[in-house]
Amino acid sequence: MTPLLFPYDVTQEDEMKRPLDFNRRSHLMNVDRMYKAEIVSIIRLTEKEKLFHIRIIDRSERERFSFLPGQFVMVEVPGFGEAPISISGSNSQKGFIELCIREAGKVTTMLHRAAPGSRVGIRGPFGTYFPMEKMKGHNVLLIAGGLGLAPLRSPVTFVTENRSDFRQIHILYGTTDPSQLLFDYQYEQWRRVDGVNLDIIVEQADPAWTGPVGRVTSLLEKIDVALDETYAIVCGPPVMFKFVCTMLSNQGMPRDRMFVSLERRMHCGMGKCCRCNVGSTYVCMEGPVFDFWTVMNLKEAI
Amino acid sequence: MLFKILDKSEFRSLLVMLLESHEVIAPRVIATGQDGRPLHNYLPVKTPEEMDLGYETTLNSAKTYFLPYSENLSTWDFNEADWTQNISYRMQPRAIIGLHACDINALLKLDKVMAREFYPSPYYISRRKNSFIIGIDHTPCRGAFCRSLGTDTVNRGFDLFLTDLGDRYFVAIDSDRGYSTLHRVTVRDVTDEDTGAYLEVRKRIADGFDPDLPVKQLPNLMDIEFNADVWDKWGARCLSCGSCAMVCPTCYCYGVNEAVAMDFTSGAKVRQLYSCNLADFATVAGGHNFRPPRESRLKYRYYHQHRGFVETYDEPKCVGCGRCSRTCLAGINPPDIFRDLLAKEEQS
Repeated sequence: MTPLLFPYDVTQEDEMKRPLDFNRRSHLMNVDRMYKAEIVSIIRLTEKEKLFHIRIIDRSERERFSFLPGQFVMVEVPGFGEAPISISGSNSQKGFIELCIREAGKVTTMLHRAAPGSRVGIRGPFGTYFPMEKMKGHNVLLIAGGLGLAPLRSPVTFVTENRSDFRQIHILYGTTDPSQLLFDYQYEQWRRVDGVNLDIIVEQADPAWTGPVGRVTSLLEKIDVALDETYAIVCGPPVMFKFVCTMLSNQGMPRDRMFVSLERRMHCGMGKCCRCNVGSTYVCMEGPVFDFWTVMNLKEAI
Repeated sequence: MLFKILDKSEFRSLLVMLLESHEVIAPRVIATGQDGRPLHNYLPVKTPEEMDLGYETTLNSAKTYFLPYSENLSTWDFNEADWTQNISYRMQPRAIIGLHACDINALLKLDKVMAREFYPSPYYISRRKNSFIIGIDHTPCRGAFCRSLGTDTVNRGFDLFLTDLGDRYFVAIDSDRGYSTLHRVTVRDVTDEDTGAYLEVRKRIADGFDPDLPVKQLPNLMDIEFNADVWDKWGARCLSCGSCAMVCPTCYCYGVNEAVAMDFTSGAKVRQLYSCNLADFATVAGGHNFRPPRESRLKYRYYHQHRGFVETYDEPKCVGCGRCSRTCLAGINPPDIFRDLLAKEEQS
C-alpha cells in the first residue's frame, strides 16, 4: 500500500538548483551556504584595525558576487562564528572584497590572527546601499567619525572612480587622536583627485600633528556648498551622525538627502533572527543605510 | 473548502494507520498542575491512548517542530586549512495532531516571516511541508484572548480540522493529502443535521470567550506611549528570563553559535531560539548594549508583537494563546499591560 504521507525534499525545488546568489532575495536558496574565499592580503591600519583583501575562490561565484556601496557581508570563520562587516572597497572588481575590521569580538579576534592565504566564508551582500546613482550631478559630502571611515570608504572609492558624474566632493574625517586615523596612506591619493577636498581633524593632537584640532562638525562649518544641490553620507557613532545631520538640516539640507549607516548585532543578515531590530525595523533588510528622516522616526535609534 | 463527517471509530483507525507508518506528535499529559488539572505538551506518541485531544492548552507551543529550540544550520569537515560545508534539511514526514486554532494561526504568521517575500528559509519550509496537521476545535481556555485578536478560528494552514460533534467529527479539509488520507477510512457526506450540530458547537465556543480587549488601538498606542511609565512598572517585575519567548508560538528570534569538535576534525553552526528579554540580546562586539534596561527589552517585545508586525503584515504577531502569562514567574500578563496602556491614554 502507498504510504500515507510522502516525504518532501526542498532541495528538489527549481529555485534551489540554481546557482547561489544572495542578490535574489525573494528566491528560495541555500541561505546558509557560504562562498569560500581566501584572504589575499592583510594591511595593518592601526593597532586595532586591519584591512583584509578577500577573493572568492570559485570563478563563477566571483562573477555572481556584486554589491553596491553601503552593503555588508557576513564573514564566517568556520567553528568560531559569523560577523556582519560592511564592505570598505570598490565595487568595480567582481568577487573582490575589502573589509576593514576592528579586533572587537570572538570572530574578529580570530580574523586578526589569520595569515594571508587563510580561508573564510562569505555570505551576502546584504542590506541597503547609498543611492550613488541618485547623487550623480550633485555635490557630495562624505563625512566620517572614527571607524565610520570603514563603510564610508566604499562611496569614497565610488566617487573618485566616477569623478565626472559628480560636482564638488568634500570628504571630512575626524577621530579622537592621530593614532586612530584609518587609511592614512591613501589621503594623498584622494587629495590629488581633481575637485576632491579632504579635511581631517582630531580631538586630541599629538606632538607630530599639524592639522586642525576639534570635532568633525567644526570642519563642516567651513564648507561652502549649495546645500539644496547636495547629498551627504555620514558614518560614525550615533552621537556623531546626529550632530552632523542636525547641523546640516538646520542649514537647509533635506533630511532625506543625508544617509547614515547603523551598526547592530546580527545573526543572519536576512530579516529572521531579530537581533538587529531597531523598534521593529530590521537593520539588515531596511538598513544598514537609512536616510536621516527615517532614522529620526525609528524608536531607540539614537 | 470541502467538509466530511468522520465517525470517531474511523478516526481511531486513521490514527492507528498514521502511528504505524509515521512519527506522530500530539498533546500528552505530562504532569498535574497546582490546581489539580492535567498539564499537557505536544510530544511524540505511540498509541492513540497516549494522546489527550480534550486538552485545554499546552505549556509549550508546537513551534519546536517547525523552529527547533536548537537546530544545525550547517556542519563542517575540516581538512588542514580547508573545509567542506554540509547542509541538510529535514525530509521525514510526520503528523502533528490536535493543534488548536491559535497554534495554526501562529504557523500562518510564521509562514509570513520564514517562507515568503525575502530569503525564504529552506529549513523551515522543509519542516512545514513535511508536517501533516490535524487541528481540532476546543472550548475556550482560561486566560486566553485569542478572540480579541481574531485567532480563535482558522480556515487554512492545516490538512484536516476537526470539530467534535459527540460520536463523530465534522472535518474541514484544506489539502489534497488531507483529502487522500481521510479517504483511507470511511467518511460520509455532511447532512443538514450535521451542519446544524456543527453551527451549534461553533456558537457555544464563540459564546464561551471573555469580552473583547480593544486591541485595534494597540499599534497606535504603542507608538504614542513609547515613553510611558507603564513600561517601568512592568519592566521592574520582569526577570529577563526569556521564558515568554520560549513558550510563544510565534516568537522566532534566534542566536547562532558555533563549535568545533574535540578532535578538531569537524564543527557545527547551530541556531538556538533566543529571547529579546535576555540581557545580551542587542549587545554588539566591543560590549555596547543597545537595550541595557530590562524595561526597554520588555517594551521591545510588546512593540514587535503589537506594532512592528502590524506595520509589516497588517496583523499582530500575538495570537492571544496566553502561554506567556501562564509561564511568567513574575505574573506579567499581556491583557493587564494593555489595560494599563489604555488607562494611561484615557487619563491624558
